[in-house]
Amino acid sequence: MERQRDSYTIRSVGEASVLAVFGDTISPAVQKRIQTVQAYAEKRRFPGFIETVGSYTGLTLYYDPWVVAQSFPGKKAADTAGDLLDTYIREAEAASPVPSRNIHIPVCYGGAYGPDLEDVAAFHHMTEDDVIRIHTEPEYLVYMLGFCPGFPYMGGMDPHIATPRRQSPRLSIPAGSIGIAGEQTGGYPISTPGGWQLIGRTPVPMFRPWDETEPTLLQAGDHVHFYAVSEEEFQQIRRQKP
Amino acid sequence: MNMHILGNSLMTTVQDLGRTGYQKYGVNVSGAMDPYSLRTANRLTGNPENAAALEMTLMAPSVVFDGPSVIALAGADMNPSAGGIPVPMNRPVYLPEGTVLSFGRPRRGCRCYMAVSGGLDVPSVMGSRSTYARASLGGFQGRTLIKGDSLPVGKMPEKGKKLQNILEKQKRKTAWTPWSAGIYPICESFLFRPFRYTEGLQYSDFSEESRTALERNRYRVTVHADRMGYRLEGEKLHLAVQKEMISEMASLGTIQIPSEGYPIVLMAEHQTCAGYPEIGQIILPDTARAAQLKPGDTMTFEKISLEEAENIYIQTEKQMRAMTAGIDAHIEQGGL
Repeated sequence: MERQRDSYTIRSVGEASVLAVFGDTISPAVQKRIQTVQAYAEKRRFPGFIETVGSYTGLTLYYDPWVVAQSFPGKKAADTAGDLLDTYIREAEAASPVPSRNIHIPVCYGGAYGPDLEDVAAFHHMTEDDVIRIHTEPEYLVYMLGFCPGFPYMGGMDPHIATPRRQSPRLSIPAGSIGIAGEQTGGYPISTPGGWQLIGRTPVPMFRPWDETEPTLLQAGDHVHFYAVSEEEFQQIRRQKP
Repeated sequence: MNMHILGNSLMTTVQDLGRTGYQKYGVNVSGAMDPYSLRTANRLTGNPENAAALEMTLMAPSVVFDGPSVIALAGADMNPSAGGIPVPMNRPVYLPEGTVLSFGRPRRGCRCYMAVSGGLDVPSVMGSRSTYARASLGGFQGRTLIKGDSLPVGKMPEKGKKLQNILEKQKRKTAWTPWSAGIYPICESFLFRPFRYTEGLQYSDFSEESRTALERNRYRVTVHADRMGYRLEGEKLHLAVQKEMISEMASLGTIQIPSEGYPIVLMAEHQTCAGYPEIGQIILPDTARAAQLKPGDTMTFEKISLEEAENIYIQTEKQMRAMTAGIDAHIEQGGL
């Protein structure tokens, strides 16, 4: 299955998925297209449809070739899945794009919660407050989730606080840690090893497997704003959560 | 009824057919590495195919049930015995209460699946009982099983009771049916056949020599082989021209090539996206076969067309369904 359209291509990746690619660079416009098509497709599941996964530039539709072949006889399952994805894209793009959510994330910066804030400030010859101000100023866009459950790949950070990863990665980073790696910023939803510069921590759970309809704080397409809270507020917010 | 884990092992987890629908949240599918063997074991005990069972890797723990049970083992043959008597693979086996089931070294394969009639009744998390240990998610407390763990067993389904009634009458402590299920895909000849793949996302970006090298050479599974993926050793592979990658989709069976050139095959607990160029996509029936490889085993690769890949998938599913229908028919006809 391979198809070239004006502004996207569709191709099989293995016998159980088709991928639509909307561009070759990271851009908010491409993200919005992916998010819109994904929302549209997920509401129109066909027999054998398993799930869709968005990335920076594409949307993958996973399907069960056996069920698709049984349900749409006389045609290769790959062609059926590719045709359906193609239809979703054309129909979704005729409809209005899905609105983005605005998510405000409290962060306790520095101290025990952000052990690398001092280093990041020193690296840029600025004060810790400068780093916090620059980090809380922009609106960030979640391009996709990956790496681990609920981990956001976000864009929008001010390059003035871009900082290389730590020379030696930590063996365990606490869940909720907010960090910087190169020109990226993001948060660790679960405790994992990692080399990011940790500037703060959020008391809000970023991964909550008990909520099956919304298991992650962030979703692709979200607009994110960080705001600084004190240690007392951090503890208070944490106690409110289930 | 409970299943008690009596010993330690390398990597024993609770798995079903996986957690689908959550990859967009960064949660991988997980589930049995060799789903065909899991499905076989489940059907042999009268369970639905997706029931939770044990996946035991290279070295299995001894276990005991505190009630009479019907179990089945499929996948790697780890020389199972019950109360000291060798028991067969791929058959329903009746164990009287308190019979200790133990295992030896694997005779072939790497992962053995043990289903118990009624299934392992651990909580379902995000629609699945599969363990995703790196995220401490699902299974039994989100982790690998250790000595002293006790896992609840669900209510025995009608087919399981039927098997129990028949096997109990055999006047032997431990009893099994005279018939067995087919053993796709784990027999020796299958394990060393080439692993078939279709072109990966960046296939055409690899140098001519690298594309040929993947088909011509043997690759060895290193010790860095787990539920997340297998690192391989062998001829290095490279892009024709180095280029910056944007993280793209990654799936079960993706063969990715990091810059040092050694292939990584992504398995059940792979990350949902990846930043390395992808040369190939191993077909799904062959990823199940790869689940039975141990560190030190070799892999060879054979490129096939997408059309062939789809046909093989559908043929495999047909064989699987014929086999499970046969199991059901045996149980219906009185199990013997």
